[in-house]
Amino acid sequence: MPFVPHTEEDLGQMLAAIGVESVEALFAEIPGELRAAPLNLPPPLNEMALARHLGEAAGRDAGLVCFIGAGAYDHYVPAAVWEIAGRGEFYTAYTPYQAEASQGTLQVLYEFQSMIAHLTGLEVANASLYDGASALGEAVLMAVRANRGAKAPRVLLADTVSPVHRRVVRNLVEAQGIELVTLPHEPREGGVDPLLLDGFTRGSVAALVIAQPNYFGVLEEVDALVDRAHALGALVIAEVNPISLGILRPPGSWGRSGADIVCGEGQPLGAPLSSGGPYFGFMACRGEHVRQLPGRIVGRTTDQGGREGFVLTLQAREQHIRRSRATSNICTNQGLMTVAASVYMTLLGPAGLAATARACHANALSLVERLTAVPGVERLFSRPFFHECALRSPVPVAELLPWLAERGIGGGVGLVGDYPHLGESLLTAATERRTAAEIDLFGRLLAERVGF
Amino acid sequence: MVIFEKSSRGRMTGSQQAVVESGRMEIPGRFLRESAPLLPEVSELEAVRHFTRLSQRNFSVDTHFYPLGSCTMKYNPRVCHTLALLPGFSGRHPRAPASHGQGVMGLLFGLQEMLKEITGMAGVSLTPMAGAQGEWAGIAMIRSYHRERGDVARDEILVPNAAHGTNPATAAMCGFSVREIPTDGAGDVDLAALSGAVGPRTAGLMLTNPSTLGVFERRVAEIARIVHAAGGLLYYDGANLNAIAGRVRPGDMGFDAVHVNVHKTFATPHGGGGPGAGPVGVGERLLPYLPIPMVAREEEAGGERFRWLTEEERPRTIGRLSGFVGNVGVLLRAYGYLRMVGATGLLRVADYATLNANYLMARLQGAGFRVAFPERRATHEFIVSVKPEAEAYGVTALHFAKRLLDHGFYAPTIYFPQLVPECLLIEPTETESREDLDRFVAAMVAIREEAKSEPERVKSAPHRTPVGRLDEARAARQPDLVWKGPITSGQGGPVVFGQGPEVSGQGKVNGQPS
Repeated sequence: MPFVPHTEEDLGQMLAAIGVESVEALFAEIPGELRAAPLNLPPPLNEMALARHLGEAAGRDAGLVCFIGAGAYDHYVPAAVWEIAGRGEFYTAYTPYQAEASQGTLQVLYEFQSMIAHLTGLEVANASLYDGASALGEAVLMAVRANRGAKAPRVLLADTVSPVHRRVVRNLVEAQGIELVTLPHEPREGGVDPLLLDGFTRGSVAALVIAQPNYFGVLEEVDALVDRAHALGALVIAEVNPISLGILRPPGSWGRSGADIVCGEGQPLGAPLSSGGPYFGFMACRGEHVRQLPGRIVGRTTDQGGREGFVLTLQAREQHIRRSRATSNICTNQGLMTVAASVYMTLLGPAGLAATARACHANALSLVERLTAVPGVERLFSRPFFHECALRSPVPVAELLPWLAERGIGGGVGLVGDYPHLGESLLTAATERRTAAEIDLFGRLLAERVGF
Repeated sequence: MVIFEKSSRGRMTGSQQAVVESGRMEIPGRFLRESAPLLPEVSELEAVRHFTRLSQRNFSVDTHFYPLGSCTMKYNPRVCHTLALLPGFSGRHPRAPASHGQGVMGLLFGLQEMLKEITGMAGVSLTPMAGAQGEWAGIAMIRSYHRERGDVARDEILVPNAAHGTNPATAAMCGFSVREIPTDGAGDVDLAALSGAVGPRTAGLMLTNPSTLGVFERRVAEIARIVHAAGGLLYYDGANLNAIAGRVRPGDMGFDAVHVNVHKTFATPHGGGGPGAGPVGVGERLLPYLPIPMVAREEEAGGERFRWLTEEERPRTIGRLSGFVGNVGVLLRAYGYLRMVGATGLLRVADYATLNANYLMARLQGAGFRVAFPERRATHEFIVSVKPEAEAYGVTALHFAKRLLDHGFYAPTIYFPQLVPECLLIEPTETESREDLDRFVAAMVAIREEAKSEPERVKSAPHRTPVGRLDEARAARQPDLVWKGPITSGQGGPVVFGQGPEVSGQGKVNGQPS
């Protein structure tokens, strides 16, 4: 029996100490009619057989060169990141309720909060949420709680925010009576026109949600959007890509007074793509809203001897204290992923993060140049982009992508399902990992498929 | 000392700098940063040493007995971690075509099927990213069910007062009001109170069984009948499934929806507080509402094929809860664990988890400790109340917890459930040996002896941890959540538990707060 250490002798002694004849007797309180028949599960494997089984499965999925983005990106993860995050002391600990025995996790979370706050240019950050999409949902709930001046719980959501994220937001906030209004993008530029905000009256909007770069990869006019939203009395929620912040202006300095709540998908910071998770969501905000921030928060303090130490704090917001009046039902965060992210950000440092961001952007420029050299392929939008770009495709994308995959290229995702008016179009991305040879191969295959 | 204090301007990890080959940059200046973000600037060795040393300031299952009740801190098989990070799994983009996902999707389908069998449910979705999100999905499905039937007056969720805080918080997030049901003296739900509470406003009941009191809810079938007769549905919180997996199935107990915590029952790591995963299962009535994506299997010429089910095919779904699929890497670890234990192994997990809990309870009771429900059988966990010790010596559950750290044990859950005064909720799990349980009993006895002879020593614990009792009031009153500068002069050097000298809780002041 795997993972149970008891010998026959242990069993006998333990049953005697309890004063029962058999293990079965320990279950005597369970009514007989509730007992299940033996379960029908696959026969057990030992570790070697399991390794073979999963090794075969993993082998079937390998082999695509990844130009796919749409919210998760194929970045290089330094070896030390998972060497450290995989240490048993981090991997097998739990939520640090006993602070004195959890200083490792707590200090990492504090350092993580600090790095996120510094990167986004806001004053405080939490210790992570489940992922970028659910973090955006929590941000919307938080903004409605925090904006007491708004007359109605109405939130404007740019349609350039990831369609999946918008759906998750809708699912998470629907029961709370929040009205979500979608703002369309300007069709040639691919961003939200700030003038659209002039159509709303002051006090009628609790929050505006924008993404930078947006789902199409392009950069929004964030300064004007923030200023006009603030003029309406709305809070600004910014969803950002953390790698891009190596070179892009942090949301805390957008416009005259900066975004109020910043969140995003943390995956690019050291989390493997792993078919969608585990990733983590990050969230930062202005100091005045800290008591509305959901999730775990770590604070620095001192012990009885004056030594620096770290504790979970502001717990009066949380479900284990407030129960039905908590800011969220969230219990765990994504602790281990924040360890990975903290090591990642530390290893890269400000120079490394900027270099990675610049390499992504430079590779994306090369990719777009190469692909738009194919007749009929052209950029959909004119605004500058970071590392992802929307392209018109002369062939149906639903056929193109499997065809490319058979030839070893993960080309991106189609846009027509979520944006029917865009027609056959491809969202494609390049990270620092993509080489000139891979970009050239993608270009040659696309040309072949298009018929040139 | 935090990483920022080890930073030197201009220092970098040369091997981690991306090469910008073309050097091209076409982002206009108004979008670009004017100054670099304040991130650490250290060498790779400094980074590795810093975080390795931090890891050594943690208790964990890999290093310590961790009897944290309600959390099931069992051994997390290393092989599951190794295999989940195989390049074919870890490198796969979630939006990669299904042609390059047959491996992982086949495993996830297998996990769905295994969880259906274990929970006795008609369908399972793996997508919730934590237990609390699984709860949310379950209650959202119950809401959709009533709403589609036009039964819109059902705006109340019933929750026993012993429940985890996530239960009422979840119900509130789903737009329900919460009504608490009392527990009777034997630790069961008060049936008379339940019967009086149900009615046309009842949307459902959330129940953990075994309960957070460490006992099996014996009249669960009656509870199900009462709630169903009133038109409500039953939600099973799978937090304590480890005690009964393989023996009793939530579906057979009458539940309509269930979540399981794979980071508890199925041995995936807790990671310092996540990532977990909280798959949900449902009976026939709630099947159309399961969250997506889910994996479907199709037979085709030459074999089987797996694909994701989407909104289009499941129009009544409560929808998506995450940006992609959920915590696939965690689910793969659970799959690996379940394939290693199989059906007979799972039964023995419940057997030995229960054996360990009952043995530890009997030994502590034999040593003179008061247990909360002495006439009941413990399940996989049980409650000790140190109220007699608190009254006699002034040593509380908190003091026992802190002093246990000095003995090299992580503390049990304390002051939960709130119904039992001065309580410690103790869950040893099946992976601990008899010797470790005996050592825990010896530590509890030693602390009680010390409480008689030297109570201040217990009350000022811990003494052997990297820091002493922390000033939580200061942390909450003057929140310091982001590094802006040093707080004390600090103490360098690694700390290895149990090897350093004991330092007094009233140790000398090394520096003043900044």
